[in-house]
Amino acid sequence: MKIDWNRRAFWHGLRDCSPFIVIVVPFSALFGMVATDAGLDLIQVVAMSAIVIAGSAQFTALSLLQEGAPVFVVLLASLAVNMRMAMYSAALVPHLGKASLRLRALMAYVMVDQVYAVSVQTYEAKPEMPLGEKVSYYFGCITIVCIPWYICTFLGALLGKAIPASLSPDFAVPVCFIALFAPMLRSLPYIVAAGVSIVAAIAFAGLPWNFGLIVAAILAMLAGAQVEFWQKRRMRAKVAG
Amino acid sequence: MIDDSTFWLVTLVLGAGTYLIRFSFLGLLGGRQLPEWLLVHLRYVGVAVLPALVTPMIIWPAAAGGQPDPLRMVAALAALVAGWRLGVLWAIGVGMGSLWGLQWAWGG
Repeated sequence: MKIDWNRRAFWHGLRDCSPFIVIVVPFSALFGMVATDAGLDLIQVVAMSAIVIAGSAQFTALSLLQEGAPVFVVLLASLAVNMRMAMYSAALVPHLGKASLRLRALMAYVMVDQVYAVSVQTYEAKPEMPLGEKVSYYFGCITIVCIPWYICTFLGALLGKAIPASLSPDFAVPVCFIALFAPMLRSLPYIVAAGVSIVAAIAFAGLPWNFGLIVAAILAMLAGAQVEFWQKRRMRAKVAG
Repeated sequence: MIDDSTFWLVTLVLGAGTYLIRFSFLGLLGGRQLPEWLLVHLRYVGVAVLPALVTPMIIWPAAAGGQPDPLRMVAALAALVAGWRLGVLWAIGVGMGSLWGLQWAWGG
């Protein structure tokens, strides 16, 4: 299908996603710093950010690599972190599914949390948007998120060594992860899943090769889903009764 | 130290895998729907993986030689509450700020 590019929609997307700069800049700079600190060189750091463009998975891979975990564990854990993007991909189909394969392939490469969240919200609010505007909007969103992502990873890697150890820069990594999942704790199933995840991570910390992480994640996912099923059953029972 | 070949192997496979995950539905499956039970489980991937990843970093931090550090635990808890109630940036600010504050107060 032919796309009619729409400049206004592009700027619209750019504007709607611009508040996320305040998250993307420190997060990517932090990755650059931590990765440099872990002994990666400038090219490796920037290549990883450009190839993967998924901060939480990159931090996961990096910290497991540093602990000397086997490659398949590193990959399993960091790909697990990215599995949520399958949901994004599915959620975008009704809106962008009719674009050409080449465009869809490009849009998949830059599908990140913020872009997904903002664009789906907009598409749902304005279902009458033609495909060309939706695609233009999407590219506006990714421009303002991804370009700072590349640049700040690079700057972080360059300046990383300037941060003194007394400021505990290592602590910024868990804090960033906490910042990513804390706002997700909106309802009971999410809170239960996170609780199970924490308890299981402690209980299985002794397992070799960081398998504790995988076990804890699977248990937590099952727990969250079960609570949701239970809530639905209870709702139905209430309606029926 | 991370050796070069391991790094590139992980980066390339992680990049390819991540790309396939992103491309999956939009690219390959077109409009087909995932089974509901799978979607329900996928919803919890984020809150299932991230806390399990963070917990050992907080309880046994490498920077403290793997010994439990109560200041980090308190600061992490503060970040969690701030992120939950106020949002992403607050979690980062409160987390780092409270660790620095606590370290300063304890003369660390």
